[in-house]
Amino acid sequence: MIATENIATKKINTLIKEYPFLADFFENHQIDVKQNGEHTIESYMASVDEEDREDFAMDQEKLVSAMLSYIDQMMAFLDTEEDKGVESLTIEAGTDKKGEAENFEALKISKSEIICIVGPTGSGKSRLLGDIEWVAQKDTPTSRKILINDDIPDKKWRFSSSDKLVAQLSQNMNFVMDLSVYEFIELHAQSRMVENEKEIIEKIITEANKLAGEPFDPETPVTSLSGGQSRALMIADTAILSSSPIILIDEIENAGIDRQRALELLVGEEKIVLMATHDPILALMGDKRIVIKNGGIDKIIPTSKEEKGFLTELEAMDRTVQLMRKRLRNGEILTSLR
Amino acid sequence: MNLVTFSGPPSSGKTAVIIKTIESLKERNLSVGVVKFDCLSTDDDKLYEKLGVAVKKGLSGSLCPDHYFVSNIEEVVQWGLQNEFDILITESAGLCNRCSPYIKDVKAICVIDNLSGINTPKKIGPMLKSADIAVITKGDIVSQAEREVFASRIKTVNPKAFIMHVNGLTGQGAYELSTVLYEEDEQLETLKGRKLRYPMPSALCSYCLGETRIGESYQMGNVRKIKLNEQ
Ligand SMILES: Nc1nc2c(ncn2[C@@H]2O[C@H](COP(=O)(O)OP(=O)(O)OP(=O)(O)O)[C@@H](O)[C@H]2O)c(=O)[nH]1
Ligand SMILES: Nc1ncnc2c1ncn2[C@@H]1O[C@H](COP(=O)(O)OP(=O)(O)O)[C@@H](O)[C@H]1O
Ligand SMILES: [Mg+2]
Ligand SMILES: [Mg+2]
Ligand SMILES: [Zn+2]
Ligand SMILES: [Zn+2]
Repeated sequence: MIATENIATKKINTLIKEYPFLADFFENHQIDVKQNGEHTIESYMASVDEEDREDFAMDQEKLVSAMLSYIDQMMAFLDTEEDKGVESLTIEAGTDKKGEAENFEALKISKSEIICIVGPTGSGKSRLLGDIEWVAQKDTPTSRKILINDDIPDKKWRFSSSDKLVAQLSQNMNFVMDLSVYEFIELHAQSRMVENEKEIIEKIITEANKLAGEPFDPETPVTSLSGGQSRALMIADTAILSSSPIILIDEIENAGIDRQRALELLVGEEKIVLMATHDPILALMGDKRIVIKNGGIDKIIPTSKEEKGFLTELEAMDRTVQLMRKRLRNGEILTSLR
Repeated sequence: MNLVTFSGPPSSGKTAVIIKTIESLKERNLSVGVVKFDCLSTDDDKLYEKLGVAVKKGLSGSLCPDHYFVSNIEEVVQWGLQNEFDILITESAGLCNRCSPYIKDVKAICVIDNLSGINTPKKIGPMLKSADIAVITKGDIVSQAEREVFASRIKTVNPKAFIMHVNGLTGQGAYELSTVLYEEDEQLETLKGRKLRYPMPSALCSYCLGETRIGESYQMGNVRKIKLNEQ
């Protein structure tokens, strides 16, 4: 850790050379680096007239202390890139809504596994996902305990903003930024400080195009992508660029994308996937499914060979439904289901 | 009694988050009171009433709502103590980007939403810069990438804040927020002598005092002129 005096007396340019990520920090604190690079924090503050200092709520002591925390966190963040990551997640049983013990002891989920969560509305699916996100330590209404790599998890999963355990995907999510596909992923890549930016951006666009029915190019504004294209881009981006080792999916059934391929992409990137769904095709793609009843995990069912066998047939049925939908939409009269 | 101050830009989800959080606090049998500070009007008090929460509102009219807040917070605390609340929550409309209602050693929470745009964090000043917790809402409608970018912007502006994601509609994350709000051994009796985290500018001009005529000869006090000749 660096000392406070050092920071306030170093030139802004020198600071940025030592800690390149500080450029962002200065920009967000409305300090123009181009104009003030030769200043130290001290001399910069002295150069700003009193009125402006008051207007922009500037305070040297607070600025320096914020900067120190930022440097510490960014250094820690850059370090954790070398961590071995999350190999497994374990859910230790708690209690259901009546306070009775859940019907299992512990469930260990490994990297690249897909787990589905089923149960009626209000049964506690979101609470389970919430327990995982908060890395519950018997301190939520369910008294469940979450372990990472068989151990009590590091506090960073709860308190750090850059190391989030969980990324989320759901049906209602949209893009709201006014940027092209390329610029959008670039912005995300920069916030994650990845090294091979260009390569990653291209990979995401390629993968997204494989998932989407209709291809799109990098110049398309994200807000004008179709529903299917948006979903495809979100999944590819989350799989490849999100730091979170666990992905929670909340109902992406009618997304107009290649669902099987989407799941393969996610687990291929060594993510753990948990998916709340009622879509039989998605449910059977999972390795196991958790049945939730009355707030508690009631059963854990591994998807059997027999069930997996139904998948081909279900997919054929799904294709038929899609085809009929398309024909009806075109104003045709149906004469057969093929 | 604990005091918690919430602030954040208009419609960012302050009331929604507070309501969901109160539901979790009530499950722990904690009694809660709320005071809403706004400028001209608010219907938030009705929302809290519907929940059965004791609520008061204060309208600052033509004053900066945060200035109004500091002038009244001690009385509000005394009201809370009389009612024997375990937690007193204040909700302030973050209408002034220069001020914030945060007091030293009183929990300060800034609610900001994912839809407000990635440049909002740097624009809203002390309201975010000096908060202890930044609560991000409306994550249900934007992509994972946008959530991550937005959170990283907030972190650059306030590296010390604990960032939490709360969904104001479903309440996801509100239970977690409720656990970091209440501290049993913290007993506030009075705010007398406490200090604001950031000083508020004292800018008072003729127009603050009711002047309506335009022209330099009518302008007194703290007058500042636009710089039109600079590039
Ligand atoms: N989709 C979504 N909507 C939300 C969320 N949180 C709040 N809202 C909605 O956003 C709108 C504004 O929320 P409020 O809680 O009234 O916001 P506020 O900050 O209290 O607003 P003022 O007090 O008027 O400044 C309401 O329609 C809420 O239902 C969220 O997490 N997701
Ligand atoms: N084991 C439990 N003990 C106590 N409350 C629970 C438990 N599981 C769920 N709940 C509560 O039940 C409500 C509904 O659960 P939720 O997860 O939203 O259901 P779903 O997502 O399946 O529709 C929530 O308020 C949640 O906190
Ligand atoms: Mg749910
Ligand atoms: Mg409100
Ligand atoms: Zn003000
Ligand atoms: Zn004025």
